[in-house]
Formats: sequence, structure tokens, C-alpha cells
Amino acid sequence: MGSDAFEITINCIKLILVFLLMVQAVPVLVWLERRGSGFIQNRFGPNRVGPLGLMQLLADAVKFLTKEEFSPKAATKLLFYAAPVFALIPGTLGFAAIPMGSPLHWGNYVFPIQGYDVGVGIVFILGVSSLGAYTILMAGWGSGNKYALMGALRASAQTISYELALGLSIVGIIMMYGSFNLSEMIHAQQGTMVFHAFGNTISTSWLPNWGIFYQPLAAIIFFSAAFAESNRLPFDLAEGEAELVAGFHTEYGGFKMLLFFIGEYGHMMVASGLMVTFFFGGYNIPWTTTEQVYQWALGLMDSSDGASALTSLVHFLSYMIKLGFFLWIFIWVRWTLPRFRYDQLMDLGWKTMLPWALANTIVSAIVIFAVSYSW
Amino acid sequence: MPLGGVIFITVFVSIFGCLCLYLGRTFGGKKPQDNVKLSAYECGIPSQEKKETRVSVKFYLTAILFILFDIEIIFMYPWATSFKDLTAAGLGAYALIAMMIFIAIFIFGLFWEIKSKALEWD
Repeated sequence: MGSDAFEITINCIKLILVFLLMVQAVPVLVWLERRGSGFIQNRFGPNRVGPLGLMQLLADAVKFLTKEEFSPKAATKLLFYAAPVFALIPGTLGFAAIPMGSPLHWGNYVFPIQGYDVGVGIVFILGVSSLGAYTILMAGWGSGNKYALMGALRASAQTISYELALGLSIVGIIMMYGSFNLSEMIHAQQGTMVFHAFGNTISTSWLPNWGIFYQPLAAIIFFSAAFAESNRLPFDLAEGEAELVAGFHTEYGGFKMLLFFIGEYGHMMVASGLMVTFFFGGYNIPWTTTEQVYQWALGLMDSSDGASALTSLVHFLSYMIKLGFFLWIFIWVRWTLPRFRYDQLMDLGWKTMLPWALANTIVSAIVIFAVSYSW
Repeated sequence: MPLGGVIFITVFVSIFGCLCLYLGRTFGGKKPQDNVKLSAYECGIPSQEKKETRVSVKFYLTAILFILFDIEIIFMYPWATSFKDLTAAGLGAYALIAMMIFIAIFIFGLFWEIKSKALEWD
């Protein structure tokens, strides 16, 4: 975690800040979702409490807090209470591993603007985010309710099915960057587009060097599978209201329900963050490199410490804007597409997305092999 | 180095979650309980089934198939990281053909699975 007490303290504070950022984003996203869905459906959404209805968040929190604490008699108490607490963990661990800004050089210290820089970033994030299936099963089994159990089984079968397409779609990305590390991927995507093919170097000045231009199919598969992973519409079969009441959280209310909400939005944020990191240049500002931003900051600030801090801040804002854009797409899609039927959902995952992801892997490998020869 | 951070944030988040549950219990209060209220949720009629309701064996089958395919995908990861290096070292053709044989087995497995109707839901 660091070499001395100062560095360890800063790293711990940073981790807590990342977590609080995630928790704080949830009310804002809920507001955005209700408000956005209101406008999409030609109504207003919450607009009575405070300016633009923003105080609605606070009112909701108070409402959640004062709800009666309740667990049904048939519930397995330990699982019932442990599930909402565990729901927070996958999202937080995944989100903390995504770089949110260029590393901050302060004196002799280097602080990465992320929770922790894991060498095998992708594998770590895929690993912890699949722990979400356990949370759902715990909640479903622990509730002692048949609707909850069926919802949980559906949700976990769906999550693991789409994990295959999700995992396979990024093999092409790993091949292209030759690394599991997210920071290295972001580093490879800065500036304008340059690639080496057949012994020549081809460069353009009008396209940013983003992954989506090299792996467009992977981007589509990854993003759709991410919807299924986080149990969002059009894949929210876990809580098909018409048949399963509310799925695995039928018996939950109050703060327990809120924790599930934070977990779900955490999943969305991890998915959006990975989308930005793999395909849209991470924290980089389009068309520029980290070095260019640093030189610009050096012109404004006197010290190199200050310039590094300003660079990190600018990159952090850039990352947040990109992240917000993808979170908005999550909300937008929810109110645009209808829900799938369960057999259609499984067919899409196993018979459509998995073969396409496999084809993407094979084509990427052949192309990378072919362009390495100079003709 | 990141392990310490992972453990720290896991413990922190667990404490945060427990605190949330505790706050809910403190401020939520407790109202009188009776048997109807404590029964499992049902749509207005007395519940007909026990909680150990029967579920389709398909879910179990899906989980088994998932493990097989997931392990195969995991084997592609280390190959993918070193593919560019291998190509640069002149071993690209070998690496490509080796992985194509592996993927051929993968595709064969997938087709067999579809053919044997393991993925049909009704």
C-alpha cells in the first residue's frame, strides 16, 4: 500500500473517497433516471421538492431510513441480512481498480488516481464483478420466498451466460494492447490515430487513437453483455414485474433495498468505466496526449507538483464526462427497448453473442498476424 | 501491493453496510408483528408452496456448461497477452495455428451443445 506512513494514509483516504464517490453518484443517478424517464415518456418526473426536484434524493433517503425493519418468518436470517451488505462489494472493488486520472507526481511520491493499480486489472475486475451472482443467490435463497428464489436463479443463470460473451469479447482488446493492465491500455490510446501495418506507419490527424476504431464489434458485444451483467433493462428478467413481483429483492425494503440499489448502480459504473477504458481512451482528452496536457499545465503553474496535480484534475474531469455519457446510455436504453423473453435472452447470449465474439477473436488474431509482415 | 488496498476497502465497505443496516433498525422502529405479516410475500392469496419450490434443472445445466466454456476462455487470455510479442519474435504462425486448433475444439463443443438441445428453453 505504500512505503511509509504518509503514503499509506493517502492511499487509504483515496480508497474511501472512491467508495464515497460511488455511493454519492447513486442518488444523482436515481434523480437523473427518474427525471430522464419522465421526459422520455412525456411527463415531468420529480419536480416538487427543491429546485428541479433535486431535494427529492434527500427526502427519499429519510423515507428509506424510517421504514420499519422487517424480515419474514421463512427467511434464513444470516443470508437475508448478509446479502445487501455483500451487494456493495463487487461494484466497489471493480470501480476502485479503474484509473480515473493520470498519476499524480508529488515530490518523491507517485499516486495513481484510482483505488489501487492491479497488474492484471481486467482479470481482477472480471473476477470480482462475477461475485455479484453470489449476492443475488444469497438474497433469493435467504428470503424464503418462491418469487425471490426464481428471480435469483434466473438472474444468476443470465449473469453467468453473458459473462462468456463479455470475457471473450475483450480477448481481441488484450491481443491489441498486449497487456492486462488498464493504465497501459489507456497509455496506448492517447493522441491521434497511429498504427503500424505491413511495415508502414499510417497516421491520421482527425481520429483519436481509441480502441473502438480497432475493435468495433467487440465494443458492441461488450456493452450489450454489460447490460445483462448488471441486470438492467432490456435484460432485467430477474425482476420481470408481471411474473416475479420484484425478483430477488421482493422481501427487501428500507435501507436493505437501498444497498442493493447502490450495488446495481456500482455494476453500471464499473461497466461504463471499462467501456471508457477499453474503447474510448480512458481518462485522456480526445486527440491529446498526457504529455501535451502536462506541458499546458506547466505553463499555468509554477511548480511541477502543481502542474501534475492540474493534469490529474483535468484528466479526472474528462473521465467523469465520458463515464456520465455511458451511464446516461444505460438509462436511455432502459426507457427505449422492451424486455426480452427468457428463451430469447438465453438464445441471444449463447447462440448469437458468443459465436460473434469468437469470430471477432479469430479475425483479430489473423489481422494482427498478417499486418506484422512487411510487404 | 494492491492486496492491502483490496482487503482494506472490503472491510470498510462491510462495516459501512452493517452500519446502514443498524441505522435502519434504529430509526425504523418495530411495529406489532403477526403471522399474516410475517408470511412470505404472495399476491393476495395464501401461499400454496413451501420455499423449497421445484426449479428447472436447466439452470443447473447452464451453470455446468458455463464453467466448461469459461475455463476455455480463460486459457485464451495468456495467449492473447503474448500474441504480439510472439509475432514480433517470428513465432506468430505457430501461436496462431495452435490457438486455432484450440478454438476449433471450442466451436465443436458449442455446436454439439446447440445440437443436443442443451440450450433450448421452453
